[in-house]
Amino acid sequence: MSTMTFGRAITAGLRRAMDDDPKVILMGEDIGKLGGVFRITDGLQKDFGPHRVMDSPLAEAGIMGTAVGMAYRGYRPVVEIQFDGFIYPAFDQIVCQVAKLHYRTQGAVKMPITIRVPFGGGIGSPEHHSESPEAYFTHTSGLRVVSVSNPQDAYTMIQQAIASDDPVLYFEPKRRYHVKGEVDEGVDPASSDMGAARVVARGTDVTLVTYGPLVPTARDAAVAASDDGISIEVIDLRSLAPIDFATVEASVRKTGRLVVTHEAAQSGGLGAEIAASITERCFDYLEHAPVRVTGFDIPYPYSKLEFHHLPDLDRILDGVDRALRRPNSLSGLDRPDGSQGAGQ
Amino acid sequence: MAQDGTRPGPGSTGGIDDAAPAGGTVLPGPAHAGADDLVQLIDHLGVRHAHARYDALVADVDGAALQKLYEDMVVVRRIDAEATALQRQGELALWPPLLGQEAAQIGSGRALRADDFVFSSYRENAVAYCRGVDLADILRVWRGNASSGWDPYTINMATPQVIIGAQTLHATGYAMGIVNDGADSVAVAYFGDGATSQGDVNEAMVFAASYQAPVIFFCQNNHWAISEPVGLQAHVPIARRAPGFGIPSVRVDGNDVLACLAVTREALARARSGGGPTFVEAVTYRMGPHTTADDPTRYRDANELEDWAARDPLARLATLLDSLGLLEAGYTDSVKAKADAVAAELREGCLSMPEPAPSDVFRHVYSTPNSWLDRQQDHYERYLASFAQAPQEGPR
Ligand SMILES: Cc1ncc(C[n+]2csc(CCOP(=O)(O)OP(=O)(O)O)c2C)c(N)n1
Repeated sequence: MSTMTFGRAITAGLRRAMDDDPKVILMGEDIGKLGGVFRITDGLQKDFGPHRVMDSPLAEAGIMGTAVGMAYRGYRPVVEIQFDGFIYPAFDQIVCQVAKLHYRTQGAVKMPITIRVPFGGGIGSPEHHSESPEAYFTHTSGLRVVSVSNPQDAYTMIQQAIASDDPVLYFEPKRRYHVKGEVDEGVDPASSDMGAARVVARGTDVTLVTYGPLVPTARDAAVAASDDGISIEVIDLRSLAPIDFATVEASVRKTGRLVVTHEAAQSGGLGAEIAASITERCFDYLEHAPVRVTGFDIPYPYSKLEFHHLPDLDRILDGVDRALRRPNSLSGLDRPDGSQGAGQ
Repeated sequence: MAQDGTRPGPGSTGGIDDAAPAGGTVLPGPAHAGADDLVQLIDHLGVRHAHARYDALVADVDGAALQKLYEDMVVVRRIDAEATALQRQGELALWPPLLGQEAAQIGSGRALRADDFVFSSYRENAVAYCRGVDLADILRVWRGNASSGWDPYTINMATPQVIIGAQTLHATGYAMGIVNDGADSVAVAYFGDGATSQGDVNEAMVFAASYQAPVIFFCQNNHWAISEPVGLQAHVPIARRAPGFGIPSVRVDGNDVLACLAVTREALARARSGGGPTFVEAVTYRMGPHTTADDPTRYRDANELEDWAARDPLARLATLLDSLGLLEAGYTDSVKAKADAVAAELREGCLSMPEPAPSDVFRHVYSTPNSWLDRQQDHYERYLASFAQAPQEGPR
């Protein structure tokens, strides 16, 4: 066991994957000497050389498209997208090529590409540097999408993503890069499944589902709620596509209430998918309509106002109060017939 | 994968053609007329050289005009220093310095007419200055107070682009509109050497050539794309790429304000007279970090910086002015006073910028009201109101 930051844990995971398999190569802008703008690849080019840690020309479609060719050739490319908002030039290659080649070739061609995306807000950056584009990719079949929330998962799951024969989008919550935690580097990545959700805190009153940057916030909300006698079960999805609905379902059957929170905008977001799927699966167990606490349906705002857009502990607790029909910010909005609205 | 070392590695100078190092981190020596393909009118020692082709284009630039160009460069360097200081003092979240690129931006920016339209990247603050921007508007975005600093139509300059290369397509489309309208204004796209790798920039050149659009592709080759040397983006001089698209190009000493003015004027004249697009590669150098968040010591050799400091765009013009007897104390004092005044106005504008209100996040998402968003805004305002104490602080 050692203590390391979330960012260092990814570095350690990359290093181990590269040690274990010479076919693993890294590609991206500024990942060599600079070690990436977040320094996640720090030192790797020095140790593995410029042929395995490749500074790419400034062209995301080019990076992704050549990664496809490298994968055809038997490599396992790990691509770094510098910031969430810069993945769009590569979008066509990801959704039309990376995601579909296995299907298109009846399984003959594998695309074991890992796409690392620092994502989410909270660091006071200019536009295009704080977005949560995960839903664009969870909507595309053939891609696996994961998001990590703690150093141990970061370490293990990057290796699992690289080992996966399917393409994996690996979303790294950039505002958590400096959070420290225990990491067991001896753990065998094959011994666990990145597709399985993790119950972060046990509880009986409300199921709170989240992933990535909001996992620590959700855990804090559970602690704060317990002071009010409310018992929240917090679930970190880890895998966003496919979603481990069995774990969420089991929890909601127990609690009868579901709150989903994410930074991404509400409409068409993962919260909508989870709310709909859980309603289908657990309708008879639900005491209240699922509640979403999300970013607004707006372009990511400028930094002075980003903390209004991002769900925080108070907004999550307000959503929990709604699910429990406790006094909340929307209490005055009950429907004329006396039933209560589901809130926003 | 090739293991034979033929790929351009980091730090590679690229250049399959010895005569013209593309990715070279060192500018070819002072270029005299006809000595190589780099247009230069004032060398790094401040010596004015005759040029068969470009002298005529700057024949009107007399001593007073040269002094004005110098003043512009001093002022924008001061804006840069002031903004960097504001960032260090925690007043700006980030700042992208243009230190070293003053001549490229002032020389080209001062060639434009008011009805020309600029599409820039994030580093072209000197161009915005030429367009007559309200000073504080330059800082609005970097302070995190707004998504853009100015109304593009007030200064005929688009809101700066962060997505690398996207603005080259916008400039081309704007220029296509100019043709349709039968006007003779010109669109100018500013971008870096790194940007030339993007598909958008290459597609922009296809459109510009196909429609003979009156657009200038003004590439500031400042030798670095964050940590990546230009040799990683281009294996031959960047200017040579354009002719393949059917676009004439020119390589200019980007630290020579007069040469930048001359080549831009030539490109403008071509565009206005129906001659279509031009690609300008201004060979310059980013002397500061990429942004205030960058650490160039990780990737850049100190000697290289020293080499380029010796080619400083301001110093050479000062030397020339001095040799012409145009650097008298009275003049330099007035330039300094102007720079001080601009810096003071910039700082004051920054510090007195009104704080945005929480509900501003919902403004301008659509130009017509949207019931989904209205509902979210209404709910959020109720939520904020539910904080009895200190409601103006909002959530934690
Ligand atoms: C599509 C896209 N990819 C990546 C980035 C991140 N990024 C910002 S500036 C930059 C380097 C740009 O270099 P260059 O085009 O040479 O312009 P310079 O900054 O040197 O003026 C990079 C990679 C971005 N803004 N947009």
